[in-house]
Amino acid sequence: MKRIFFSLLALGLLAGLVTTALHKKSIESTPLAQLKDRYASKAKSSVDHSMFPQLKKRFNTPQEVTAACIACHNARHTEVMHSTHWNWERTEYIEGKGIRTIGKRNALNNFCIGISGNEQSCNKCHIGFGYADAAFNFNDSLNVDCLACHDNSGTYLKAPGGAGMPDTSVDLTIVAQHVGKPQRTNCGTCHFFGGGGNNVKHGDLEKSMFDPTRDIDVHMASEGSDMQCVDCHTAEKHQMLGKMYSVSSMNRGRVECAHCHSEMPHADDVLNNHTLKVACQTCHIPTYAKVNPTKLFWDWSTAGRLKDGQPFEEKDSAGTDVYMSIKGSFVWGKNLTPDYIWFNGTASHYLIGDTLDPSRPLKLNELYGSYDDPDAKIYPVKIHRAKQIYDTEYKYLIQPKTVSTKRGDGGYWGEFDWGRAAEAGMKLVNLPYSGKYGFVQTEMYLPLNHMVSPKGKTVQCGECHTRENGRLADLGGFYLPGRNYNPWVEYLGATFLVLTLAGVLFHGSVRFIMSRRRRGS
Amino acid sequence: MKQEYVYRAFERFWHWMQAALIVFLGVTGFEIHGSIRFFGFEQAVTYHNVAAVSFLVLIVFAVFWHLTTGEWRQYVPTWKNLKAQAQYYVFGIFRNAPHPTRKTVLSKLNPLQKLVYAGLKVLVIPIMVVSGLLYMFYRYPQRNQVLSLNIGSLEVIAVLHTIGAFLLVTFFIAHIYLVTTGRTVTSNLRAMITGYEELEGDPDDNKAPRVSHEPALSK
Repeated sequence: MKRIFFSLLALGLLAGLVTTALHKKSIESTPLAQLKDRYASKAKSSVDHSMFPQLKKRFNTPQEVTAACIACHNARHTEVMHSTHWNWERTEYIEGKGIRTIGKRNALNNFCIGISGNEQSCNKCHIGFGYADAAFNFNDSLNVDCLACHDNSGTYLKAPGGAGMPDTSVDLTIVAQHVGKPQRTNCGTCHFFGGGGNNVKHGDLEKSMFDPTRDIDVHMASEGSDMQCVDCHTAEKHQMLGKMYSVSSMNRGRVECAHCHSEMPHADDVLNNHTLKVACQTCHIPTYAKVNPTKLFWDWSTAGRLKDGQPFEEKDSAGTDVYMSIKGSFVWGKNLTPDYIWFNGTASHYLIGDTLDPSRPLKLNELYGSYDDPDAKIYPVKIHRAKQIYDTEYKYLIQPKTVSTKRGDGGYWGEFDWGRAAEAGMKLVNLPYSGKYGFVQTEMYLPLNHMVSPKGKTVQCGECHTRENGRLADLGGFYLPGRNYNPWVEYLGATFLVLTLAGVLFHGSVRFIMSRRRRGS
Repeated sequence: MKQEYVYRAFERFWHWMQAALIVFLGVTGFEIHGSIRFFGFEQAVTYHNVAAVSFLVLIVFAVFWHLTTGEWRQYVPTWKNLKAQAQYYVFGIFRNAPHPTRKTVLSKLNPLQKLVYAGLKVLVIPIMVVSGLLYMFYRYPQRNQVLSLNIGSLEVIAVLHTIGAFLLVTFFIAHIYLVTTGRTVTSNLRAMITGYEELEGDPDDNKAPRVSHEPALSK
């Protein structure tokens, strides 16, 4: 009986240990292996556009190319013309504001501020030809620029300050004959340079991603899966999945890691439990701006200093602009640790004309969420701070006209006069300008989704689960094991321990002394 | 004096296993808590979970053993001699006074031990087990999903678990010390290792916990 009992016990203990210890290893990472398999072979198009007689000709204008595209793809342009890439706005529900149409025309940012009045330059990145002012005809299908996204020749280029027109150096025939699925170069040409330069805006999207190593981005690594943007940002009828929370506010149409990796991708249950409250990006994007710096602070208020009447630029030792007469001063950062916030996928937006409180930093796109919100998770973000122009009387942000296309148009970059730039810009957006301006602090929150690190370089447990200086040190409102404790329990517990120890030592010493005495007597 | 077989094989195995597990759970647990650094957080969690499962298995067997052998009766608290036992530790022990409670095979725990061990068994260990299991298996509330254990906040669970841990460490310190308060300094330790201990008096005289020999202190 005894023997049976003991063997049972030994077996039970062994079984407990083994199942717990081996649990991790029993599940093979087959889903990941399947994914790697899926992207290992690259599909080659079976259509060769260079063979089509319709494209074997000289194109005098880019619109002629579009006409040629539409001649075969005879309804695709209608899909494109329904897209946010074309319209630069979408209708969204914004908490506290109701249903609004928001986009680049009315959601001001704290980089180059806004497109109104500056279309000639900003709209280089519009997927159309000639969006040079508010009068642009969004219904003219011939102005759809198919090539910006579909050029596979690598020679297509939009002209700086050309309102979306291609550069004169482009051979349209070559480009038209080499079209295909969008590559990283197509998307990156605009999305890596948002805000007026490489990596200015996002921090996790920049030119190193044209040809990244695995350490920079495990998905797009040329020597790895070599995924393209559109492998995740899939499109159904030209409506791309994924969006940026600088111009969108609803929890829809997002690209989720779970689309491919599932909600519970880890072999370890403890890690899988994290996915209920922690976004994948939080652990898998430990640093951003891994190669080139990104802009963290933009002070427009210092703009306008001139040397001998001429604008100038100052660079730091690494060659990064720290001052430009036309834009003010900047702070950049490289290899940055993200900030962390609770985010439920919805956001508010400062829309042009909204009043503001100049006594505190204005959040241009507040991301909503809290620990108690069942939809919210911890997300990594880049916070971009700025000081930008506002109307001190009407208490709203000013859309200045920065770009100057002709003398006397008020454009700041030509005249360096904030008053004139404000007047010209506000006139274009039909808002009164009091004539008095100041500079207000603003913040933008940019969720980080790219530059996913390889498995071995993810955030380690102890980087958050720690008492001192953890990554989540500033994220309050919840109990995080290893970081949080109840001060009363801690204090009383420690006191209790110390008293017991002291009591035991005292008791033992007295016993020892007494027994020595007895022995002595 | 007579050599008696006081602690049976399972009892000793259980005791030492439990001791080792509690120490290990204490070290890994206080690392998870952020008080110490030893294995690293991730390893500490893994080890703590493995040790916890082992402890649960051990508990199941211990409960079975206690119930089937009737040994659980050893832990039923009693008022009888409780005061005398306390007085012994405060006064008598320094004068080499005899233990107020006679240790026998059928009554091997003194009234203070009964009280403290019963407290551990019915209060502290269950709190640790329940809060520990909740700690392992709780789920945050999820929209549109019914999950088995929806708990809004980990804080209550974690704080209870921490309180229990402090109590166990305190017990551990006192327990180690009290090992030395047997008939000789090492007699208790030897008994828990070998199972045998020299007990005074007639082994058949099972009951009869004696009243203190110290009349001056018995009030």
